Amino acid sequence: MLKGHQTWVFESKPTIIASAAVGGPYEAKGNLASDFDLLHGDIRLGQDSFEKAEQKLQEQACETAIKKAKMKKEDVQFLFSGDLINQIVPSSFSARTLSVPYLGLYGACSTSMEGLSLASLLVDSQFAKNALVCASSHNAASEKQYRYPTEYGSQKPPTAQWTVTGAGAALVAAQGEGPRVTASTIGRVIDMGLTDPFNMGAAMAPAAVDTIEAHFRDLDRDPSYYDLIATGDLGRVGHRIAGDLLIKHGFNIPKEIFTDCGVLIYKQDQPVVLAGGSGCGCCAVTTFGHFLNRMRKGELRKILVIATGALLSPMSYQQKESIPCIAHAVSIEI
Amino acid sequence: MSSKKKKKLSPTQQEYQQFAQEREPKRPILYNCVKAFFVGGIICTIGQALSLFFVKYFHFSQEAAGNPATAVLIILTVLLTGFGVFDHIAQFAGAGTVIPITGFANTIASAAIEHQTEGYVLGVGGNMFKLAGPVIVYGVFSAFVVSLVVISLRALGVM
Repeated sequence: MLKGHQTWVFESKPTIIASAAVGGPYEAKGNLASDFDLLHGDIRLGQDSFEKAEQKLQEQACETAIKKAKMKKEDVQFLFSGDLINQIVPSSFSARTLSVPYLGLYGACSTSMEGLSLASLLVDSQFAKNALVCASSHNAASEKQYRYPTEYGSQKPPTAQWTVTGAGAALVAAQGEGPRVTASTIGRVIDMGLTDPFNMGAAMAPAAVDTIEAHFRDLDRDPSYYDLIATGDLGRVGHRIAGDLLIKHGFNIPKEIFTDCGVLIYKQDQPVVLAGGSGCGCCAVTTFGHFLNRMRKGELRKILVIATGALLSPMSYQQKESIPCIAHAVSIEI
Repeated sequence: MSSKKKKKLSPTQQEYQQFAQEREPKRPILYNCVKAFFVGGIICTIGQALSLFFVKYFHFSQEAAGNPATAVLIILTVLLTGFGVFDHIAQFAGAGTVIPITGFANTIASAAIEHQTEGYVLGVGGNMFKLAGPVIVYGVFSAFVVSLVVISLRALGVM
């Protein structure tokens, strides 16, 4: 049901019956290592290319989620997945392996919540009994496509972020036990004219703020309704800007409940990540791994996740275009 | 950002960019310069030592000794790139590793390694000079312009 301008309220509250997170070597050294179902020491995962490694990450995340739900892949009715690589090949190729009816998504790093919104919509409207959501990113594959070769020696500024190597999957179903998706707010594309791809946090922060404000306005809720409000991958720089921007707009989210997946995922003493994590996998593994685990343990009851995405391409950046950004918010309750 | 670009932005965008800039960590330029100076200096010292080594033990002339010394630095860089160490040194050193030949060798080696998965012709061959290409193009062009100037000056009897 539509509420306000851009928020869907799911009357039947579709349930996330199972979720899984798979990560790479830097994620294994990070804060959330214990929330991963599978961690790889080899960035290539024994594959012969980074792109194939990303495909493998998705396959493993999906298979683990299906297994945890005690289902077979034939039982999964629809698959929504996405990633950052050109023409989303890792998603399409892993969908080939799973051979489940598939819809590919591209929402840059907001894909996880875009997928979760669509899967919940599908289940809530009774067009499906269940739907699987998956989002992934791979550090080296993204560096190769968006920036320079991985081994190229260039000095990144302190605002740069580190693309997460990982995939998160969640199985949404009409019936079952687990955290439930209650509402989602679909974001608008916001462009503040920023052009620096080494400072995505600052570019994406206004999109996150716009969606957060829309969510609370549409549902007429107060931030205190939630135990945790997490942005997707703003990193240390963008998250601070978003927090201050919300205060400037007269919107007070208590500091202790406002966090960011890109800040949480890595430790402070991992200098290689600079301002924090980014990529589709960042919000996917943190939400589908860490947050949902905490909800199942009873530590969190109501959370709002705002996945943020920078909708740029290497070509648009070279043609001196600015970076349009988007954010989708999903409310999960148990 | 140039003032021309700023004019195209709406007042809200300008206000936000100002707001965001105040909250961003700045590049530590002075500290980066110091690091670049020392790392670059160390690399050049190694180069000089290699050069002296070739003069002393292999009887190269002072001028010719630069060639094998350069070759050794290139080989070292390519090895460090292949072992995945060079990018970490470069993140620390910045311009210190970019300016000498080490930077140039790294651009070629890293691109070649990266695109090996797309095959030896279209992958390695087609992408090897992806980053080094502009350096060669503008390097050769600048050399051409400079030589034209030198030739003209000589013809006019200035030099």
